[in-house]
Amino acid sequence: MTTPTPQADDVLVRVRGLSFGYGSRVIYDGIDVDIPRGKVTAIMGPSGTGKTTLLRLIGGQWHPGAGTVAFDGVDVHQLKRRDLYALRKRMGMLFQNGALLTDLNVFDNVAYPLREHTKLPESIIRDLVLMKLQAVGLRGARDLWVSQLSGGMARRVALARALALDPEMVMYDEPFAGQDPITMGVLMRLIRTLNDALGLTSIVVSHDITEVLSIADQAYVIADGKIAAHGTPAELRNHASPWVQQFLTGADDGPVSFHAKAPDYLADLMGTAK
Amino acid sequence: MSAAIEIIASFLAGLGRAQYFLLGILGGVPAALARPRLVIQQLYMVGALSLIIIVISGSFIGMVLALQGYRTLVRFGAEDSLGVLVTLSIIRELGPVVTALLFAGRAGSALAAEIGLMKATDQLSAMEMMATDPIKRVIAPRFVAGVIAVPLLTAIFCVMAIGIAGGHAIGVELLGVDAGSYWSQIRASTEIADIQQMLIKAGVFGFTVSWIAVYQGYHAAPTSEGVSRATTGTVVVSSLAILALDFVLTAFMFR
Repeated sequence: MTTPTPQADDVLVRVRGLSFGYGSRVIYDGIDVDIPRGKVTAIMGPSGTGKTTLLRLIGGQWHPGAGTVAFDGVDVHQLKRRDLYALRKRMGMLFQNGALLTDLNVFDNVAYPLREHTKLPESIIRDLVLMKLQAVGLRGARDLWVSQLSGGMARRVALARALALDPEMVMYDEPFAGQDPITMGVLMRLIRTLNDALGLTSIVVSHDITEVLSIADQAYVIADGKIAAHGTPAELRNHASPWVQQFLTGADDGPVSFHAKAPDYLADLMGTAK
Repeated sequence: MSAAIEIIASFLAGLGRAQYFLLGILGGVPAALARPRLVIQQLYMVGALSLIIIVISGSFIGMVLALQGYRTLVRFGAEDSLGVLVTLSIIRELGPVVTALLFAGRAGSALAAEIGLMKATDQLSAMEMMATDPIKRVIAPRFVAGVIAVPLLTAIFCVMAIGIAGGHAIGVELLGVDAGSYWSQIRASTEIADIQQMLIKAGVFGFTVSWIAVYQGYHAAPTSEGVSRATTGTVVVSSLAILALDFVLTAFMFR
């Protein structure tokens, strides 16, 4: 397996020896992850493996048990609140359900970060919001309320909002989950196009293997608190690990057994199983 | 025995968390006051939208007090003192207590549910990731609005119960108590201190209910059950806190 070894300056987010858990349950056990600048990096893994947790750790919302997360050379978890908020203006995050503010309409949701963090006149905010909405194809939906949006539209509005402050990096949490094929295709193209056009760095957390690998420059597969594999999509598809192959192809049996652990079937039926 | 210790420890830990949370809210109050539009918006939500229930409840409680009071007073030929009975009962006790209980049920539960749902749908997390402090943007304006709303609602409750549709309507218009006696005895017996103490009680109750509501919402588990428990918890804990505080305040005020 060829491991991506980007030069120091090419790495925007550097995770080293990261450990995290909920009580006695270990989510991460000393993982290392590099997110290179200007690339789309996919984070994949089975459900409940902690993919979203990784985004929250990178964003400084949660604190690791051990290890460091450095964004552009700055240790995220050593920052004071004010500095952390200043750093977050350089990140955008697309939550799984969009997380739009339900008491605001589409326009005001996208305008929210601009109104909170800039003193721009309303006329310029209007132009900026319309530009962001145009980028995601929803300029015509500016007056809709959040409750009037479909799931795919809500994510596109959330994407426009995440881009409002022109961040350097956008984190996508399960952007394709529960979407129809057309919406999925739209979101895939948007992520790739916006990343290249705006010079962003993107982290896409997903277990929609085919879709995410089709737009990613590199990917990490996480399982059991460790990095099970990483590399380019082509390298992952040729990975030697049977577990990785089962995960990528979705085979129902393999290292991850179809059957839950149980006594011998015949003995169980005959009632002689211990 | 160990279970009892565990319950006490858990209660004290919760109280500590709530106090720490309150410090955070108080730290966010200047930011909320600097954006009065947010506070006014919440004042409408928790105050103006609670008006109907306050007005109707105040009227009925005033009417019932007048009916009951008249039955007793008339036996002693003291029905002219009906206004005093209604007024002091309402101003000193029923006004602030019932208003706060109604506020907890109407606005407190709504606050907890709204904040709990914002948490469950990641809106608070999204604010944090947009470098906005949800304590300043969401919690503090709602808290301030609650603290302002309860004294105002209490005053309206008292006006309705004593005058417009409550004690006056029943005592004077229905039972025939002399209007001059009704109002002059109220004026002679009610001191400014009574009104001050009513407002102090209302302020304390508003502070307490708003604190409990935003705490319960903000710390709700991000599930349907969590939001449900937060709303129920708000009403139950607020009601008990109001009644306990009322006893303590009354004991100090009327020594």
